[in-house]
Amino acid sequence: MSKRKSKDLCLPVGECISRVHAILRQRLFQHHGKPFGVDSQHKHLVELLKRTVVHGESNSALIIGPRGSGKSMLLKGALEEILAMKQVKENALQVRLNGLLQTTDKIALKEITRQLHLENVVGDRVFGSFAENLAFLLEALKTGDRKSSCPVLFLLDEFDLFAHHKNQTLLYNLFDIAQSAQTPVAVIGLTCRLDVMELLEKRVKSRFSHRQIHLLNSFSFIQYLEIFQEKLFLPASFPDSQFAEKWNESIKSLVESKMVEDILQKQYSASKDVRSLHMLLLLAVCRVSVSHPHITAADFLEVFRLRNQDSKANIMHGLSVLELCLIIAMKHLQDIYDGEPFNFQMVHNEFQKFIQRKAHSVYNFEKPVVMKAFEHLHQLELIKPMEGLSMRTQKEYRLMKLLLDNTQVIEALQKYPNCPTDVKQWAMSSLS
Amino acid sequence: MSSLAHTAYPEEKLQEVAKLTLCRESQVSTLLSIFGERQHLSFPSIFIYGHTGTGKTYILQTVLSTLELPCAFINCVECFTPRLLFEQILNHLHHHHPAPENEFSSKERCDTFNDFVRLYNRGMSELSLQETFYIVLDKAELLREMDANLLPGFLRLQELTESNVTVIFLTEIVWETFRPNTGCFEPLTLYFPDYSKVELQKILSSEFPVKYSAEFYASYINILLGVFYTVCRDIKELRHLAALNFPKFCEPVIKGEAKESDSHKLWKNIEPHLKRAMQTVYLREISSSQWERIQQEDREASHLKGLSAHAHVELPYYSKFLLIAAYLASFNPARTDKRFFLKHHGKIKKTDFLKKHEKTSNHLLGPKPFPLDRLLAILYSIVDSRVAPTANIFSQISSLVTLQLLTLVGHDDQLEGPKYKCTVSLDFIRAVARTVNFDIVRYLYDFL
Ligand SMILES: Nc1ncnc2c1ncn2[C@@H]1O[C@H](COP(=O)(O)OP(=O)(O)OP(=O)(O)O)[C@@H](O)[C@H]1O
Ligand SMILES: Nc1ncnc2c1ncn2[C@@H]1O[C@H](COP(=O)(O)OP(=O)(O)OP(=O)(O)O)[C@@H](O)[C@H]1O
Ligand SMILES: [Mg+2]
Ligand SMILES: [Mg+2]
Repeated sequence: MSKRKSKDLCLPVGECISRVHAILRQRLFQHHGKPFGVDSQHKHLVELLKRTVVHGESNSALIIGPRGSGKSMLLKGALEEILAMKQVKENALQVRLNGLLQTTDKIALKEITRQLHLENVVGDRVFGSFAENLAFLLEALKTGDRKSSCPVLFLLDEFDLFAHHKNQTLLYNLFDIAQSAQTPVAVIGLTCRLDVMELLEKRVKSRFSHRQIHLLNSFSFIQYLEIFQEKLFLPASFPDSQFAEKWNESIKSLVESKMVEDILQKQYSASKDVRSLHMLLLLAVCRVSVSHPHITAADFLEVFRLRNQDSKANIMHGLSVLELCLIIAMKHLQDIYDGEPFNFQMVHNEFQKFIQRKAHSVYNFEKPVVMKAFEHLHQLELIKPMEGLSMRTQKEYRLMKLLLDNTQVIEALQKYPNCPTDVKQWAMSSLS
Repeated sequence: MSSLAHTAYPEEKLQEVAKLTLCRESQVSTLLSIFGERQHLSFPSIFIYGHTGTGKTYILQTVLSTLELPCAFINCVECFTPRLLFEQILNHLHHHHPAPENEFSSKERCDTFNDFVRLYNRGMSELSLQETFYIVLDKAELLREMDANLLPGFLRLQELTESNVTVIFLTEIVWETFRPNTGCFEPLTLYFPDYSKVELQKILSSEFPVKYSAEFYASYINILLGVFYTVCRDIKELRHLAALNFPKFCEPVIKGEAKESDSHKLWKNIEPHLKRAMQTVYLREISSSQWERIQQEDREASHLKGLSAHAHVELPYYSKFLLIAAYLASFNPARTDKRFFLKHHGKIKKTDFLKKHEKTSNHLLGPKPFPLDRLLAILYSIVDSRVAPTANIFSQISSLVTLQLLTLVGHDDQLEGPKYKCTVSLDFIRAVARTVNFDIVRYLYDFL
């Protein structure tokens, strides 16, 4: 302790808060650090990469897991470890591809060339085939002063998207060189599709090593709480250790609070992935300011509420009474006809029945006004036309589907500002 | 004191933002806290949704420009191809403006998302920009119709470029309809709620014309909202209506018939006028300039009817019968034809035709297609001896199709010949039938 004291600074609160933001935002938005609870997968991957970069063997593998399960993080961590090894540093080459970016094999090949810094070597050369071009690139890596060819790591994020390319040429060729070429290559694919193997053509599949690394978010709730705490803790390197200590204390007491535990339990049962936890944490961190220097349980409550709003109920809140009435009429129709689609004419008719029961005529709108309201609901995509119907059908008769469920309508009605009672009663006669 | 205390931005700028953005304190302060300090990392993507006129565009534009945050504000209606979109963003990044001097060219040509990410990164390192760069994509629902990689790509642009960039999507449509089948990076969603009546009152009243007092204008807006609020809450539409009808409201004051404070008198003067305006102007059936002209001419506005009221075309006498026959064929079940058109059919009750499953009237379900010979059969029986049907029926039919009063229904079945549907409304056909003294309702099954 006394050793630390000497370098200890006491910074103004504003400065501390600013640093807290910088550190935690960095941590929560990026994929740095050691992934939690995936040691065996990490080891497996490092081993695999090592065989390529150190022993010169070729290899291929897929990292499979749902969105936000840490695939990118795992790969990044493994690469960092590999590249830190002495014998690897200068000669391993990386080619990073992403299915979202290289949408055709032609673009992919250009990108590979660029990343291997071989644009000048290739020049205006024309190749007969994709395979020939790729072979040329790998051959080009060999020349120069290096005697043995240097290993190349092909890292393919959103791997499944490459399977949609014509003839799967890129995948076929990459797996092919991983099997046969002299240059040691590793092909690592990342995907969230568990059925990815079914996307591969037979000749592609047969060249793949069938190594798969699965990430499944299989944390227990206790581990989940640990992750929560670890992600919010300030590091020992934080300049103002007194502030850091207080901060970390407050985080600890948060974890112990019943309210926060309840919220995390709800979040956990909705989805265990760390990325959605990050979003929750970030929003809470965003609320920290000079006048509010610590995260409180109330912050989490507020943030959780913000994240779990029903967006359709929100949109319904902003509808006019007329539009709301039309939705209720649609609900009635769905009740009567067991969820069969409806058209404007039927909705209008149902609405008229409601109005005719009333003595006064506040809701007496002319048909074109009602139609405009109906079209607005369509534009907001709260109702959707049935597919396969010709556009020639008059708009009054086009069959539509309602994309709202009962609870959303009820919730919207309850929150609706000054909802007329008769409208509410009319709605409840079918919804409850 | 401004409610937007935020250490990262100068106090006077924050006050300016607060002054410009009425009734949006909580949204603005959420945005600022999410943005954080200029050089801090911010959320990769933010999805802002809310009804039209809830200030999504206005608030974002005001905040970004007042605080001078580096940004590219893109409207996806204008940039309707990926290339336009990419180049526009790069132009903003480099403060490049297509102008006559550079022959309206973009900074760089950019066709693919791959190139975009590369050029973006190159631009970033050239400019050595440390701060968060904001890309706002307005009318983002249109992205769904562009290349499939665009939306997921922009959602995780921060990861793809490994830079401090935030992409903000603005739209009226809920996020659920954007999410691709295989999932994607989930943006932070924020909701801009619709303005309450009180808030609309506040925002609309804030723009009073210089010649009048704020109270006078506020009382006008109050009356306006009383009439229109149930059907329309769109601030843009309301503002348009407010501007359009204000001269009429002021009229008694200008003529010296009332004082600015005679609120009851002013109300009585304007209210019926506004109610008429609702039917016509709100539906945009007549243009605003027409409405203004009519106001000035001070014609009795009950003559004023929108297009929907007097929609009928002048047809040849014979074509009218053809159209009536088509309407009957479309809306009556074929098996009831003999009930209506056979001369000596005896008395048949409706229940004799009723089938068990027939719950709804045909006027709810819409017109059914019918073959030509059925049309002709009905035609001959209703025309009776009044006109000898010698004219060329087929050319008459095709001109009705051209006028879109009939539609030719696609006939895959070569053997059966063409089928038609009658696509006019009941009101329309009644008006047509009246001109030839034909009581159509008596011949409609639904109204038996
Ligand atoms: N096991 C873990 N331990 C700690 N952090 C994790 C873990 N898994 C995921 N994360 C965090 O969650 C976030 C999402 O992870 P990552 O981007 O690696 O997911 P992904 O599987 O690549 O998702 P996608 O399929 O969308 O690309 C990252 O910020 C990462 O730090
Ligand atoms: N809070 C406000 N303060 C002042 N003016 C406002 C406010 N909100 C909206 N406005 C005014 O209303 C107009 C419409 O708002 P804006 O264009 O931002 O709506 P929008 O939500 O982007 O709608 P759309 O979805 O149709 O694009 C703006 O031009 C602005 O002048
Ligand atoms: Mg990833
Ligand atoms: Mg807008």
